[in-house]
Amino acid sequence: MSSNKKTRMEALAERLRAGDSRALGRALTVVESGDDDALALTEALAGAFGEAHIVGFTGPPGAGKSTLLDALIHEWRKEGRPVAVLAVDPVSPVSGGAVLGDRTRMGAHSLDDGVFIRSVSARGHLGGLCEAAHDMADMMDAAGWPLILIETVGAGQSETEITQVADLSVVISAPGLGDELQAIKAGILEIGDLLVVNKVDRDDADETAKHLEAMLALRSGAKRDISVLRVSAATGRGVTELKDEIDQLLEATGATVGADRKRKREARKRRLAVLRFASRISAGISEEDFRAMRPEELDRAIERSLALLSTEVED
Amino acid sequence: MMAYPERVLVTKIGFDGHDRGSRVVAAYLRDAGMEVIYTPPWQEIETVVKLAMQEDVDVVGVSSLATDHLIMPDLIAALRDAEMRHVRLIVGGIIPQNEQPELMDAGVSAIFGPGATSEEIVETVRKLAVEARAARETAEVV
Ligand code: B12
Ligand SMILES: Nc1nc2c(ncn2[C@@H]2O[C@H](COP(=O)(O)OP(=O)(O)OP(=O)(O)O)[C@@H](O)[C@H]2O)c(=O)[nH]1
Ligand SMILES: [Mg+2]
Repeated sequence: MSSNKKTRMEALAERLRAGDSRALGRALTVVESGDDDALALTEALAGAFGEAHIVGFTGPPGAGKSTLLDALIHEWRKEGRPVAVLAVDPVSPVSGGAVLGDRTRMGAHSLDDGVFIRSVSARGHLGGLCEAAHDMADMMDAAGWPLILIETVGAGQSETEITQVADLSVVISAPGLGDELQAIKAGILEIGDLLVVNKVDRDDADETAKHLEAMLALRSGAKRDISVLRVSAATGRGVTELKDEIDQLLEATGATVGADRKRKREARKRRLAVLRFASRISAGISEEDFRAMRPEELDRAIERSLALLSTEVED
Repeated sequence: MMAYPERVLVTKIGFDGHDRGSRVVAAYLRDAGMEVIYTPPWQEIETVVKLAMQEDVDVVGVSSLATDHLIMPDLIAALRDAEMRHVRLIVGGIIPQNEQPELMDAGVSAIFGPGATSEEIVETVRKLAVEARAARETAEVV
């Protein structure tokens, strides 16, 4: 059975690399579910990654991330650049289900073959959203998409997680969000390579921008000198400038991006190995028993798998 | 338990703008733990096929309160041409009794009219998602 599985994933990998978009749709599901097939597929594609630029967009709910992405996609498409998007939406904490609505704001591209959009729910993955998002971006990369945009849920941890996936992180804010803005303050100071105030067609936008600039002045370290870009996704104001800025930053950081990505990939490989051992451990245990394991038991199991991992790595 | 939540596209094709039904159904499915890709009305067949492909959905649900259900055979053909035969198609809304057999013959898996309950819809979609995944698996092996 496992050899059969492997061949299936190898065939999928082949179709993916040949540019079959149905294969990409399928591959995204496979890596997102994170099971044995995911490992087989990632292995079958080893070496096919690393060409694409990944740009993360984060910010509070309603800041206009999807609308702005839509406008940016137009800009890149005008130059003929293909664009792939991962749009992450929150999951219902009650049911685990989700209505994934980001792509409805990008509907204008629905018939353009140069745009591939995939909606992702922030499922409670083993390994977190970041794990799946990175693997999913890798699939798009392997399928030949040169530019990958990720829209994240702008609440909780995800805005810092995005830096582990993206080469460049754009933080989007907007007027009229009140407390939401307060909530992302810390995140903004830490991670934004670019700060954007959207909805500048509104009168109160200038206040928001000035507020951000004041906060930026307090920021220490390398990311201090960045400016706050004022855009309106609705009217298109400042969107070309934002696109140019992103392109320039990607170009300027090109070399470091490659090295950085390699480092991140190594770290991820390690995590993946840990997960693989975890699943081996749990393989002999029923779902109920696994859930019922006491924390100490689980700890011991993880220790064992880590010990196994280090011997395997040395081989 | 499935390995990952059912993925369902809920959409509307053609000129009919009645979107209450599709919104309600999207919420039912979400509350049952499924991942729903929802679109506003007025989609084209080509768009629906492309969405189903990119989103790798198990089931496509079309809501039709005018006469758009008559396009379903075209949608089924388009899905088949795109090698998405495994995807299950369901339709809801105002579908005249006498036209239902024709739709079922064309390959629609289920039809729901006004008053359809959340339980009926959820149960059917669950069952169809299992079917769709099994059919896809078979298609992949050959
Ligand atoms: C509300 C309503 C409107 C609202 C729509 C608001 C909106 N945004 O949706 C307004 C006032 C705008 C409207 C306008 C019109 N309407 Co009107 N409208 C209705 C009415 C009274 C109720 C529809 C409704 O919302 N039901 C509540 C929802 C929750 O129920 P539902 O859609 O049936 O969905 C359930 C099931 O069918 C099923 N289901 C539905 N979709 C799906 C999808 C999936 C995937 C699944 C699994 C299940 C499923 O599950 C749901 C839950 O049980 C119906 C009459 C009726 N009794 O249905 C007429 C009706 C649909 N309208 C009709 C007409 C003619 C019109 C107009 C053309 C009138 C006009 N001349 O201007 C316009 C056209 C609008 C347009 N742009 O398309 C006719 C259609 C006749 C036909 N089929 O040939 C109806 C049937 C009235 C009639 N008896 O003549 N309408
Ligand atoms: N006035 C104005 N409104 C805008 C602008 N950009 C987006 N909006 C509106 O802001 C609302 C939210 O936009 P989205 O693009 O869905 O925001 P988002 O950040 O993606 O939201 P979530 O994905 O839910 O977190 C919508 O009603 C948009 O029409 C803008 O530049 N100006
Ligand atoms: Mg959004």
